[in-house]
Amino acid sequence: MAHEAVIGLECHIQLNTRSKMFCGCPAEFGAAPNSNVCPVCLGLPGPLPITNRAAVDAAVRLGLALGCEVRGESVFARKHYFYPDMPKNFQITQYDRPLCEGGALPVRIGDTWRSFDLIRVHAEEDTGKSFHPERHGDRQISRVDFNRAGVPLLELVTQPVFRDPAECAAFLIALRRLVRWLGISEGDMEKGHLRCDANVSIRPAGTEAFGTKTELKNLNSIKGVEKGLTAEIARQEGVVKSGGRIEQATLLYDLDHDKLAIMRTKEHAHDYRYFPEPDLPLLRVDEAWRASARERMPELPWVRAERLVSRWGLPAYDAGILCEQRELADYFEALAAHGEPKLASNWLMTEVLRLLKERNWSLADWTAQVPVSRFAAFLKSVASKELPGPLAKQVVVWLADEPGDVPELLERHGSKVQSSAEDLMPLVRAAIDENPGPVSQYLAGKTATLGFLVGQVMKKSGGQAVPQTVKDMLEAELSRRAPAR
Amino acid sequence: MSASELWRLSARALAERVRGGKVTPAAAVESGWEGPGAAWEADVRAVAHADTAARARGAEAVRSGPLQGVPVLVKDNLCTTDYLTTCASKILAGYQPPYDATVIRRLRAAGAVVTGKGNMDEFAMGSSTEYSCYGPTRNPYDLARVPGGSSGGPAAAVAYGLCPVGLGSDTGGSVRQPAAFCGVFGLKPTYGRLSRYGLVAFGSSLDQVGIFARHAGDVADTYAALAGHDRFDATTRGTPAPDVSRWDAGVQGMTFGWPANLWKEGVDAAVVEALDEAAAALERAGARRVAIEFLPGEFSVATYYLVATAEASSNLARFDGVRYGFRHEDSPDVRALYTRTRSEGFGPEVQRRILLGTYALSAGYYDAYYLTAQRARTRIRREYEAAFARCDFMMLPASPTLAFKLGEKTENPLAMYLSDIFTIGANLAGIPGLTVPMGLAKANGGPALPRAVQLLGPDDAEPRLLAAGRALEARGEVARIGREHETEFAWPTRR
Amino acid sequence: MTITRDEVKKIAELARLEIPEARIERMAGELSAVLDFAGALQRLDLEGCEPSVFAPADAPLREDALDDRRLSQSAALAAAPEAEQGFFLVPPIVENLAP
Repeated sequence: MAHEAVIGLECHIQLNTRSKMFCGCPAEFGAAPNSNVCPVCLGLPGPLPITNRAAVDAAVRLGLALGCEVRGESVFARKHYFYPDMPKNFQITQYDRPLCEGGALPVRIGDTWRSFDLIRVHAEEDTGKSFHPERHGDRQISRVDFNRAGVPLLELVTQPVFRDPAECAAFLIALRRLVRWLGISEGDMEKGHLRCDANVSIRPAGTEAFGTKTELKNLNSIKGVEKGLTAEIARQEGVVKSGGRIEQATLLYDLDHDKLAIMRTKEHAHDYRYFPEPDLPLLRVDEAWRASARERMPELPWVRAERLVSRWGLPAYDAGILCEQRELADYFEALAAHGEPKLASNWLMTEVLRLLKERNWSLADWTAQVPVSRFAAFLKSVASKELPGPLAKQVVVWLADEPGDVPELLERHGSKVQSSAEDLMPLVRAAIDENPGPVSQYLAGKTATLGFLVGQVMKKSGGQAVPQTVKDMLEAELSRRAPAR
Repeated sequence: MSASELWRLSARALAERVRGGKVTPAAAVESGWEGPGAAWEADVRAVAHADTAARARGAEAVRSGPLQGVPVLVKDNLCTTDYLTTCASKILAGYQPPYDATVIRRLRAAGAVVTGKGNMDEFAMGSSTEYSCYGPTRNPYDLARVPGGSSGGPAAAVAYGLCPVGLGSDTGGSVRQPAAFCGVFGLKPTYGRLSRYGLVAFGSSLDQVGIFARHAGDVADTYAALAGHDRFDATTRGTPAPDVSRWDAGVQGMTFGWPANLWKEGVDAAVVEALDEAAAALERAGARRVAIEFLPGEFSVATYYLVATAEASSNLARFDGVRYGFRHEDSPDVRALYTRTRSEGFGPEVQRRILLGTYALSAGYYDAYYLTAQRARTRIRREYEAAFARCDFMMLPASPTLAFKLGEKTENPLAMYLSDIFTIGANLAGIPGLTVPMGLAKANGGPALPRAVQLLGPDDAEPRLLAAGRALEARGEVARIGREHETEFAWPTRR
Repeated sequence: MTITRDEVKKIAELARLEIPEARIERMAGELSAVLDFAGALQRLDLEGCEPSVFAPADAPLREDALDDRRLSQSAALAAAPEAEQGFFLVPPIVENLAP
């Protein structure tokens, strides 16, 4: 019997606010251990939390972007469990009245957009960090650092809407893109800005009822999400196939060894004893706040992708790629305004993105070197066929590294575009003389051979000839040489 | 007045002398510790942490202000940078906070000097100051009796004259009940008027810092110095605190509620007598008595012991031996560290309440206990609102009994809880309450004990409660220090 | 009794407290007495009574700025039962992950 997986994700997004969720300590990463702490986030006796407006605003913006219902009044609650990196041994989070409910995230899978439904998005505080036990003299100890304790997090919980790990990966990539697009988080999974747990169950394909689910924790990379879920689904199928029953459990996935470990079974389930945080007032987000958040909302990636199609005539695929980064979409549209949108899209999607990847550059690194007007001028020379393709690719690299407009760059590098018959004719003749076979084939009517000959001329020109010119000249020269019929 | 007699002065009179340069801050602070004070403290044991060097530094650093040079004994659950803060618990043994509570900062800003940390029931859980890891504080009027609690240390210290003002905390009566047992004024302000930042939390939605003093005017001056919004406490109110500068304005034309149904039974005759005398005195001063019926206190006690313990079980989770305080040294893993540290670090009453609160919040019982109790609070608050629609404030006992004997109630938790029956309602409703001392009861085979009444008002009624308290004080109805070898305080009737 | 021995053990475990076997019975009795007393609330008419909230509705949120309450590393660790190289030290954490 074939099974299908049912997966729901619980994602934690670390916000990029200056200060922590409930105190004025720096929320930055990388300080000396236990140096970004104060009586509040260290859980000393006596202090009280005060909610960070910017963190709530980030939650409101994300909620509105996702089409959630943003509550006018929501409630912070205490969630209790003992753990050494929890300064108060409770976490201030939201429970039965979260800030945002419902909503969905549109995700581009291939050329189509799919919408994955959400249960909720709420604000909470992060924990500190505890480390694996280590030897310390004649005993074992663990180290604890509270710098991260109290850093603002948003928790986003999806409905059980995913059917395979690839969908989950695509969702996370889209979520990462969105939080960056909104400017609320760096969204770097490797740095823990975006963390993911998953609830996984399987059921006979085509049935409706849910199976017993397990919780898979600490899927801290896109690859980890895909491989961890794949492993857990396979494990569950193995259990069922061998006649066993899935037990409710919490598992940890070890990406390095591609192994699952069961951490906790149902008997050790927690009783979090939630109750409303008495030190904080109701969280009020009135219509004025929501309206202001809407005003400050950038055009969202999926809306923008549609507009790139309708306004600039791009294929949906191009629009999707360009909307992976808000800055890229901005750059594209600025270029497109100079004319030649499709050409701009092609060059951005291929040469420019390749260069950024090779150099590990951000788009900002690129635009600092190649402002819109400079690249628009470049595209104009490409469009007018003044600049042949192979040479243009080289020019892209020069643009990234050097000042000057296209003619200056060509001049500096001793390259010039060979488009005069005077320059090219010797090359055209040489190509014909050196390739009697293809020439006779062409003359015998196999015109496709012309491409080969064009290539030969291009090669001889060092890529500096304009292919159309070369083609025209070759045709003229060959017809001159054709035996009269 | 000789330097050795300075301890008799009101805070206001003492501050005036310090301001005028007639008395040094050091002399003002030390007066309570010298002479009779030293003998008193040896018997009463009101102080949990004393430090002569810290006092000297405090006196050195005195700022000018309304409480200039006034020594204040502060309950051991208010964080201070110059004294240990242990909540009288082994689990905080040796703990030195790195910050001052907001009320401590404001005390210092007003010129006051923290003269030490007052004894208390561990984590403010108790009504007798017997549940302290330092041992009990005794009632200065009868050393065989309790000073009340949980703020018994500051109450007793103000009563015997260590200092004219003390700070406590009041979660269910922990300022008003010991004030009554020790014969001093005790104010629990409106919830949200005094910052809780730096007060080690017990029941967050109930806790308020409270003020002890021997004079209504000193309560008013201290309240004025401390009250107001604190950007570090989201539960403080944003509006300006009520103006208590007219604490001596009298009660002419005021009405006070008289819920006599509350003391039909189970209340000592001496307490009822104090109520009758106080009511008559207020009437003579121009106030009018209005008979009202009020909700029996049992509902409040039931509500309180669910809300307070639930919040306490949460607030006390942070004491785990990881970052500060006591740690059980022999723990193979971190889970054992928690269990052993907490089982050994918390006393039995604290453990009892943590268990009760954990139960009230646990899955399956939350609705029946915690949620029901929070709804009952709303009902109780409405009862008060209805009462205050008919009167400016109401009068009732602060405690059903006079000071009881040490050990009398420690074996029966519920009996101990019921001794808060008249004070708990104000915490549940968030309203202010003031204990007004009413002299001494007739001696009954032992030393005469203080009597008191409690006044409750609607939100921000502190000015009229203090005016009423002052009206009773001015008519000479207040208590006097009780040990035969001491003379009466030199209290002015008019200042 | 409202609370059984087993329940006392369960909540003690939740609260990370250890009640000696000999005291469990008595603790169950004491807690039950208080809870039975709290049963009085069932007699109170709570129709239309929402749970109380005491924090003021108009409390301002905090602007996203640093403040001066931050502690130095040495102050943060000053009261620690055990610390080393800037870290708090605890016995080994054998429960492999937080909830």
